[in-house]
Amino acid sequence: MLQVDWKYVRASRSLRTGCPRSQQMLELRNITKRFANVLANDNVNIVVKPGTIHAIVGENGAGKSTAMRIAYGFYKADSGEILIDGQVRNISTPHDAIALGVGMVHQHFMLVETMTVAENIVLGAEPGNAVALDLGKASAEIQKLSAEFKLAVNPNAVVEHLSVGQQQRVELLKALYRHARLLILDEPTAVLTPQEVEEFFAILRRMREQGKTVVIITHKLSEVLAISDEVTVMRDGKVVGQVQTKETNAAELARLMVGREVLLRVEKPDADIGVTQLSVKHLSVTHADGTKRLDNVSFEVHKGEILGIAGVEGNGQTELIEALAGLVPASQLSGEVRLEGRDVTRLDARARREIGIAHIPEDRHRRGLLLDFSLTENSILGVHYRDALVSYAGVFLNDKAIRKRADQIIAGFDVRPANQDLPARALSGGNQQKLIIGREFDLQPKLLLVSQPTRGVDIGAIEFIHRKLVALRDDGCAVLLISAELEEVTALSDRLLIIHEGRIVGDVDPKVATIEEIGLLMTGSSKH
Amino acid sequence: MIFLRQLLFPLIAVIAAFIVGGILILIIGDNPIEAYRLLLGSALSWPDGIGYTLFYATPLIFTGLAVLVAFRCGLLNIGAEGQLYVAAFATAWVGISFANMTAWILLPLCFLAAILAGGVWGAIPGILKARFGSHEVINTIMLNFVAVALCSYFTQYHYKNPGPIMETTAIGGGAHIARLGRFVPGLPERIPVNVAFLLALLCCLLVYLFLWRTKWGYELRATGTNPTAAAYGGISIRKQIIIAMTISGSLAGMVGINEVLGYRYRYYDGFSDNYGFTGIAVALLGRNHPVGVVVAALLFAVLQRGGIHVDGFSEYVTKDIVQVLQGTIILFVAAEAFFSGSFNRFGLLKRAKV
Repeated sequence: MLQVDWKYVRASRSLRTGCPRSQQMLELRNITKRFANVLANDNVNIVVKPGTIHAIVGENGAGKSTAMRIAYGFYKADSGEILIDGQVRNISTPHDAIALGVGMVHQHFMLVETMTVAENIVLGAEPGNAVALDLGKASAEIQKLSAEFKLAVNPNAVVEHLSVGQQQRVELLKALYRHARLLILDEPTAVLTPQEVEEFFAILRRMREQGKTVVIITHKLSEVLAISDEVTVMRDGKVVGQVQTKETNAAELARLMVGREVLLRVEKPDADIGVTQLSVKHLSVTHADGTKRLDNVSFEVHKGEILGIAGVEGNGQTELIEALAGLVPASQLSGEVRLEGRDVTRLDARARREIGIAHIPEDRHRRGLLLDFSLTENSILGVHYRDALVSYAGVFLNDKAIRKRADQIIAGFDVRPANQDLPARALSGGNQQKLIIGREFDLQPKLLLVSQPTRGVDIGAIEFIHRKLVALRDDGCAVLLISAELEEVTALSDRLLIIHEGRIVGDVDPKVATIEEIGLLMTGSSKH
Repeated sequence: MIFLRQLLFPLIAVIAAFIVGGILILIIGDNPIEAYRLLLGSALSWPDGIGYTLFYATPLIFTGLAVLVAFRCGLLNIGAEGQLYVAAFATAWVGISFANMTAWILLPLCFLAAILAGGVWGAIPGILKARFGSHEVINTIMLNFVAVALCSYFTQYHYKNPGPIMETTAIGGGAHIARLGRFVPGLPERIPVNVAFLLALLCCLLVYLFLWRTKWGYELRATGTNPTAAAYGGISIRKQIIIAMTISGSLAGMVGINEVLGYRYRYYDGFSDNYGFTGIAVALLGRNHPVGVVVAALLFAVLQRGGIHVDGFSEYVTKDIVQVLQGTIILFVAAEAFFSGSFNRFGLLKRAKV
């Protein structure tokens, strides 16, 4: 059922040549693309029917973005054909694609933050004559489009004042304004909160109703099942299946993506909860501008348990974890933090690491890694000064010891490619995350602060990371877990707190509580 | 491969600059090949050409290293010029004030004066940045003016050598450092290249070891590449900023050793031929690596030395062509982003992104 017989597809098509046939919106035929020594796309065939939402799934590096970038003229295929509306087209630049009604929204938005929405949208296709810019007409048209798809975007708002979700809608408008009939969206939900994802899906459905075709590149299976009509699964540069969404399920898709059975559920024994490891009392964080980001938070984490904190992003989670890691200036902090009964509130980041607090940060590019440094150099961040890693009067780095340790981390956490000298930048998100986790686990922490451990990480690695976290818990470490993925945080946690606007607003048993109940608390509605 | 790539762009920049310069020389009315032959021939002749080239390279190595260290910490030190003036004056002051001391004491004192004075002058903008967040570019530029003016003031009103020239009285004989001519057969001692050149090479080695082999260097570079991640790793950003600016200032300050202890044996007002600013170009061309800095400094010194000869012996071309070449080199190096962009389109340089 899953293997599509392409010979059959094409044969049936050729039989019908000459007749008015139902045209495909987009068709990639035998696309092959090689980067240096990597075969990114290997004879890829994808058919996207008009008026559908088509998901392309695969792990990082499976070639899904490459295939779509070829369709958008970003890359040129080494061989193969692109058909739009059933006709072979020569698409060598994005400009060609746009002219044919293809639009693409990239994972990282391409917006000028200081300009207004309308200015951003017309950029590159400015209305008016050679001298004057006629934004009025454009504004009206944007307003019309915005109303048609219920995007609720004000054309005169300045982009930097918009939320991430709104900025994404500006990107959609940009494509719609250029009369895109086919929208290619690269990992569109990666930056959105659960609520925003829902809104976003509603927009996609409206677009489908209006006759637009949507291709969505993702690796989140729940989203594929929720939104798409058809799914193409890619692995190692090849298409390994094209199926109707209603005829498949998550387990099957995961198996296709990874090439083996994948445990989507977290298997964990009951927690053996010990004494209090971390106690937080009346912790508040007030930013320099006077806004209170964390408001009088108190809780405890015990040895051998995972305490989850669920909440819509931006409700004080970042501040909480950074306050516990010693990364918030003392002037912005009030309250008390104790580890094993010892007051650590005034300790800086290094001192906290010394007493056994490890930290897997939410933003691995900004916080967790030195992207231009090698894996080896990244593997010692935070412990680079320790006696075991320095020699000669405690000043020079001990290359041998450092490399040995890096080797252990890379092997123990299956970081690929296992080349110590590569810059961290060259790794995929999942492997970068494994490197960080390996580094932090190596501290043998008493308390692990972990935020968004699987964001942007592919399924195979997610399973691995979850198992590692549970294993650390079972070794008696106290784990504080923050995640925007509700499924993840409920599956992993032994206890679950809900945070809203900097306050703890709920304390639930994740085995008992329903997603609806937790979701309601996350939005700030009270339990009663 | 990475090493070759590092080498490729500076090389292209230099060649391209020479081509552009050649066209210019042609337009002016001279034979470019002849002009370049004059330029390189005089700069690489023995002993005068090579001697002077090494002498000119010495301050550029120091200032190039100074800019490099700051840059590796994510800072732009535009203030090497001020730092080297202050340091040179401080060196001379020590040399004058304790002129009668024996060399064993006076020489280390003079070295210390250069290193400390430069370090302090560099540390000021560092502290201002760490403490108040004021930008180091603005502060170092302003401190350049302060430094130059202060040195002139003290020269004019307190330590001036009688006569028409704006210079101090001479430093004690104990503070002189040897010229290389004393050790190298065939190199006359009148050529001012001195022990400071060897010191500059030593500094390259030390800077390399410090940045890439010690835990302190690791902290400094981590701060430069990603301060948020460095803070996460328990590194104090403020401390690193101050350390980097202090080291940077000290390295710039060592120009004073070359100038005062090895060349003029006194402070000569306005001695610097924009060494501090050329240091930025040297660091840029040298890819912010100590070895690259030496190579770039030597190249700039060749141009400077050769330019004098071109001036005297060619018909129309003046030594300003050197400025043109330097400027063009910088332009091409700075245009690297453009180059690499167009190279990537052919998939030649960038790692494949799937």
